[in-house]
Amino acid sequence: MSTQKLKEIIKQVLPDVETVICWQEGFDKLNVTPIFITSPEQVDKVVWNSACAQNLASYLPSQKKKVAVVVKGCDSRTIVQYMQEGLIDRNNVVVIGMPCKGIISKKKVQKAIANEPVEEVTFTDDSIKVKTPSGEKTIAVKDVCPSKCTSCQFPTPIVYDHLAADAIESDKPADSVYADVAELEGKTLEERWAYFAGQFDKCIRCYACRNACPMCVCQDSCIAETRDPHWITQKLSFDEKLMFHMIHSLHLAGRCVECGECERVCPMEIPVAKLKKKINKEMKALFDYTPGVNPEDKPPMYVFNVDEAKIKEHKL
Amino acid sequence: MSEVASKELRIVGFLCNWCSYGGADTAGVGRFKQPTDLRIIRVPCSGRVDPMFVVRALITGADGVLVSGCHPRDCHYTDGNFYARRRLEMLKRLLPFLGIDGKRFHYTWVSASEGQRWQQVVTDFTKQVHTLGPMHQK
Repeated sequence: MSTQKLKEIIKQVLPDVETVICWQEGFDKLNVTPIFITSPEQVDKVVWNSACAQNLASYLPSQKKKVAVVVKGCDSRTIVQYMQEGLIDRNNVVVIGMPCKGIISKKKVQKAIANEPVEEVTFTDDSIKVKTPSGEKTIAVKDVCPSKCTSCQFPTPIVYDHLAADAIESDKPADSVYADVAELEGKTLEERWAYFAGQFDKCIRCYACRNACPMCVCQDSCIAETRDPHWITQKLSFDEKLMFHMIHSLHLAGRCVECGECERVCPMEIPVAKLKKKINKEMKALFDYTPGVNPEDKPPMYVFNVDEAKIKEHKL
Repeated sequence: MSEVASKELRIVGFLCNWCSYGGADTAGVGRFKQPTDLRIIRVPCSGRVDPMFVVRALITGADGVLVSGCHPRDCHYTDGNFYARRRLEMLKRLLPFLGIDGKRFHYTWVSASEGQRWQQVVTDFTKQVHTLGPMHQK
């Protein structure tokens, strides 16, 4: 079983590192929280199942000493992007890869069980069995997975030092990644505006999307909160909400690794990642660049070509 | 007097100090007739223009935004406009996706000697924004 293998690997790397960042059971089995393992006794708490949604690589830039981190395929793109941007020293990170067949979205599961309290959850490879006061329900992972899993291209981590299970190949077509963006592109300008205005109007500016985002590395200097420069005010208005989401999108231009953390943590279920995916799609078209795939690449906004092959001058 | 007949709109122009601002000055010295909808903000370089300047302007009341810098290879700071070109192209492609007409935003290159070209850019862009009308319903 891969959980057993994972625990063995953690025990093996623990003496060489300050801490191992992994997942443990939260207040119930549907909720998984991070655990920072520093002693061998804690290893028994480690869990690996389809509820392990959080991208643990987000902790890496703030670590001062050598650490080990457990990542899924999608999370490993974060590490590659950190390497591209020089935010981590790869020699100081031990990457334990977990090939993953899809995770569950807690919100979708809660909807499927009508928000009843969870008594027991049993995980199998491609389904979960949830026990609630009104009975048991078996749900397929693919019915309650976040949208990123439906088009996952990297089920096996791109970079790793240890792999806790056999590598798996993606069985999803490559063009499915931007299918949702393409669908919106097919609509009219007014329809798109109505869609985004409706979505962003729900925003309560809790900034959870920013806090969860692995690429939002400005921390306390985030211009969404600084008074100088004063980009957005405390005023409760649609304009300020839209401005915040534009800040988030534009600061992630060509950097978003599509880990889906922003959408996972959004309490208002806003499709926060849509604009970023659109930019990624354009970066692919313009510069043939996909964030978080090749450690040797440079993010497209960091570099330039004197003659841009695909940027044509716009005529009035 | 504006070149365009309908009610004046608000267009914000970010002009680089070394080329386009000079070009606009050349157009003024040459007394070329231009629409008066454009409000010019002088920036050191088109590379100084954060795409968020454009977004902020559009959200807070501008009907159109024009960014103009030195021609590629002519940047006073060697490579500022190369970075600007990538950023502004990214923004140009993002705005329509969000539902803001891409015609409200234009970026171009005008050198200090191109007074005539500057007149053309301002007139054409102003006309383009006028055909779209005001962005914000008052």
